[in-house]
Amino acid sequence: MIEIDRITKTYNGVRAVDSVTMTVETGTITVIVGTSGSGKTTLLRMINRLEEPSSGEVRINGESTLAVKPHILRRRIGYAIQGHGLFPHHTVARNIAAVPELLNWSADKIRARVDELLTLFSMEPATFRDRYPAALSGGQQQRVGVARALASRPDLLLMDEPFGALDPVIRTRAQEDLRRIQQQLGSTIMLVTHDMEEAMRLGDRVAVMDAGRLVQHGTPAEIITRPATDFVASMVGEVERPLRLLSLVPVSDLVEAGTAEGEALQVGASLRDALSACLWTGRSAVPVEQDGRRVGRVTFDAIRARARVHP
Amino acid sequence: MTQPGRFVSAPGLLFAALGLGALLAPFMTISANRIVEGQGVKVWSLAGAGETLVGIVAVTVGLALGVPRVWPRLRLGGAILGLAGLLWLLMQGAPALLDGAGEYARVSPAIGFWCLFTVLMLLMADALADLTPGPFARAGLLTAVLSALALVLWSGALADLSVLQEFASRKNGFLDAALRHLGLAFGSLAAAAVIGFPLGVLCHGRADLRGMTLPVLSFLQTIPSLAMFGLMIPIFSWVGETVPGAQAIGIAGIGFAPAFVALVLYSLLPVVGNTVAGLASAPPAAIEAARGMGMTPGQRLVRVELPLGLPIILTGVRIVLVQNIGLAVIAGLIGGGGFGTFVFQGLNQTATDLILLGALPTVVLALVAAIVMDILVDLVRPTPETTP
Repeated sequence: MIEIDRITKTYNGVRAVDSVTMTVETGTITVIVGTSGSGKTTLLRMINRLEEPSSGEVRINGESTLAVKPHILRRRIGYAIQGHGLFPHHTVARNIAAVPELLNWSADKIRARVDELLTLFSMEPATFRDRYPAALSGGQQQRVGVARALASRPDLLLMDEPFGALDPVIRTRAQEDLRRIQQQLGSTIMLVTHDMEEAMRLGDRVAVMDAGRLVQHGTPAEIITRPATDFVASMVGEVERPLRLLSLVPVSDLVEAGTAEGEALQVGASLRDALSACLWTGRSAVPVEQDGRRVGRVTFDAIRARARVHP
Repeated sequence: MTQPGRFVSAPGLLFAALGLGALLAPFMTISANRIVEGQGVKVWSLAGAGETLVGIVAVTVGLALGVPRVWPRLRLGGAILGLAGLLWLLMQGAPALLDGAGEYARVSPAIGFWCLFTVLMLLMADALADLTPGPFARAGLLTAVLSALALVLWSGALADLSVLQEFASRKNGFLDAALRHLGLAFGSLAAAAVIGFPLGVLCHGRADLRGMTLPVLSFLQTIPSLAMFGLMIPIFSWVGETVPGAQAIGIAGIGFAPAFVALVLYSLLPVVGNTVAGLASAPPAAIEAARGMGMTPGQRLVRVELPLGLPIILTGVRIVLVQNIGLAVIAGLIGGGGFGTFVFQGLNQTATDLILLGALPTVVLALVAAIVMDILVDLVRPTPETTP
């Protein structure tokens, strides 16, 4: 559990981060979202003390981050940044091994960990281990950057706009990969972005920052349906609001007995996907499939009713 | 149908034209003694018709082989053939011209020879640039060229030339001068490195120190070299006279010490400047990542900044080495020794060949140093240049 306790950062009398308090549960993704200059990156960088807080403190599993030297603290916290920051003169394997090397792991243990992580990120170890970063695609570089941040099994992974430099298609895949890997490893992640879509897609909890203050911290559904301030509402967007809400609900929630014509949706798809299918093909219901077997249908009316109900 | 210039190398054509023109200029000079001005001799009147024809044909064919564009190896071969022709002409011409010319007569290569030599070396460099040899191939090539040069000099084939006669009468002095010259150039480099690397590392970390140091070093660099060596004289004679024991270890207004210090002062800017630039050349994102993963400043320096900056830092060393080999000549002016001694003696006696005896080894040394350092810079590149 990460406890952020009234943390404040002042630059020349201006409060970049103003007394932020929040708690992050172990094994969850918290996305900090805000416009540029909202203090979201400063907040993140105070957690591994790349910026020293002016006041307040952070506790990781009950222990204050001020109790250890900054470089020792940082070796326990993964850090992935926009543009990956890979070392151009080291191979993929040495890049991933950077923190384990700092922690003096044995060579065998490091090698096994590197191969394990490459496999986890769908990169064949034999092919990629000895390549240099310049010989990788942008998506591969980004994956190696995240693998490096996870190498020493850190208590916490901090990510600062990790997908900012990727094109939209690769970005979506990278987000799905991160979700999958986080669920597999049970990692605790704090991620900073300016993209509300990304926050909704990845966050178990979303924290909205505005002018140095934490204005709302809750589940994506809460942020959408009960925005705390006008700023939060404008970040969500009035037009996108119903669609964002539907994208959070799986089809399985509304599946009912009955049949429907046309191409089926998987049970894991979102109501937004189902709505899109209805609109595009002019159907009033779409069949739902699980493990290749039709298990029922979702109707256009049910979707419309669900979008009306604000929990 | 075919583009002009597709089969013909434009530089090769230029070299051939210049080379053929140079064949018409005086190839060697003969003079009654080592001081008076000599008389130019055209290439075809150097020696017997048979001997000179062989050399002229070799040079001409060599130049012609440089013209086709497609095979760089052929052009390289042409350059080598041409140079061999020049050597042959010198070997035939010198004894033939000296024959019956008197006891003190001297022969030297003249403008025609030097132009042809330059043109053929350029042809060789151009062909090599097209072949893009790797660092090891270049090292092998350099060794081969130096071996050939040593063999020619050692065999005595050119012993009749005036510059080698100057050498013959100064054999012992030459070795001393060479050692002293190397000592000045490499010693000052070592001293500059010992001072400059740590200073560069400190400057990298601290902007205020950098802001003070670099302008001072730049100012030192702008002092004209003659003035710098001259300025050392009063300073060092004062030190020699006032500091006890200084004279005992050879510190005086003239000699090795002031020359050495002047060279060190000139070396500091390239060493410190390139160290600062090299360390700053690491990508900012990589530095940020290194900080974020818990590297201490020392670990960042050793693991990230130094390896990424090494080519730039070594380029600074290369600049210093080549610069100091050249500048060390001026040490001869203030009694610092080295090849400069011959240059300044030659200037005083108006003996051109004595000047050459100092200048030619300096040029060869500087060239060799530059090539060796380039090879080293290539070898320390932190990442392979090709991407699969």
